Amino acid sequence: MKKNSFLQTSSQTVGPFFAYGLTAEQYQYDFPSLVTGSLIKTEMNEERISIKGRVIDGKGVPLNDAMIEILQADPQGLYRTDPNGDFFGFGRMGTGTEKTNTFNFETYKPGKINKGLAPHINIIVFARGMLNHLFTRMYFSDEKEENDKDLILNQIGASLRSRLIANKVGDGDYHFDIFLQGEKETVFFDI
Amino acid sequence: MTNNAWNKRDWYNHPNLIYPDYKSTVFRNPKNSLIKLENLPEIPSPSFEKTSMRSIDSDLTLNAKKNYDPIGERIIVLGKVKDEFGRPVPDCLIEIWQANSAGRYVHREEIHDAPLDPNFLGAGMTLTDKNGDYKFTTIKPGSYPWDNHHNAWRPAHIHFSIFGRAFVDRLVTQMYFEGDPLFKYDPIFNSIPDKKAKDRLIAKFSIDQTIPEFAHAYIFNIVLRGREATPMEA
Ligand SMILES: [Fe+3]
Repeated sequence: MKKNSFLQTSSQTVGPFFAYGLTAEQYQYDFPSLVTGSLIKTEMNEERISIKGRVIDGKGVPLNDAMIEILQADPQGLYRTDPNGDFFGFGRMGTGTEKTNTFNFETYKPGKINKGLAPHINIIVFARGMLNHLFTRMYFSDEKEENDKDLILNQIGASLRSRLIANKVGDGDYHFDIFLQGEKETVFFDI
Repeated sequence: MTNNAWNKRDWYNHPNLIYPDYKSTVFRNPKNSLIKLENLPEIPSPSFEKTSMRSIDSDLTLNAKKNYDPIGERIIVLGKVKDEFGRPVPDCLIEIWQANSAGRYVHREEIHDAPLDPNFLGAGMTLTDKNGDYKFTTIKPGSYPWDNHHNAWRPAHIHFSIFGRAFVDRLVTQMYFEGDPLFKYDPIFNSIPDKKAKDRLIAKFSIDQTIPEFAHAYIFNIVLRGREATPMEA
């Protein structure tokens, strides 16, 4: 193995003021946004879903200055990362535009990715007060059979697994709160 | 190919999650250790294209200009994005945001009593070219106060968001300016454990890249994670 000749640039916090740069459209600043919270580009005959949730700190307070990025497979289970395709599996939202500090992604439900991987959403969490972003992933409560076989969920202690599963709260509506700290602390990955 | 082939986050060069001198880290980060995963399948990075951008998106002195040029010292910020093996990373999206020359952010929640500049927003984006090079034209940001501790001022900085070649390669950081007197007082900068790693966030003034009668230049190079040998690479 070749030795690393260069060292990783250090992470720093996204800070409280990212909105007009990274999520300008959502916060109504006059700057273009390449990505938003809607992954729906063209109508497809597939299951449309919403994913709502909050980012909650160790005191139980939902943050109004966090930012969430999601990356997911399309309904066939393929990652589609070309911005010109009819599905672009990447979205981004801040938590500062709704009174309840909720993020709200509109998308199609991802399919399962070949064998051993239940439908899921890859998530990155950023916020003021976080010097490093955190990686987690979200599964679906109505995919129990697939979840039970999932390669990643099965690497996590049984008592923690439920923290990665979003609750179905309505027809096509899922709720997934991210707890940065505390009794219900979300599972984050060193990947 | 699995994501395990990507080098891990190098915690010698990244801050700890909780760094009490930066007060809000204490309640906003997990106390459990991060969980390592085996055989995580490759998760790609979203890709972006030059065609979806305007040329002024990388020129912050023009992209919010209403009538006059923005006030302040015009600068060029340029550099190369490489991986840990020194390979350039082309086509990577870099987004930046910053305060104006008076140290004021456009963000509506910002209450620092410094003037807004009607001709300056402070947001920009660009893609690296085939050699991994990028360039922005902007105004040198001012320092601003924050409420972390008594008399707390951030050293002047530009926020950077960078996408690499995989989902795990994501990076958000801040670029600082050579010679700032505030470094030793700033807990965000000092959250990085290694002195040399801190130095690498400081952009260096370059007389060679400075454009005569137009703008000073600062060089800020970025290193993303590398992937171990890929013998089957097409
Ligand atoms: Fe800042």
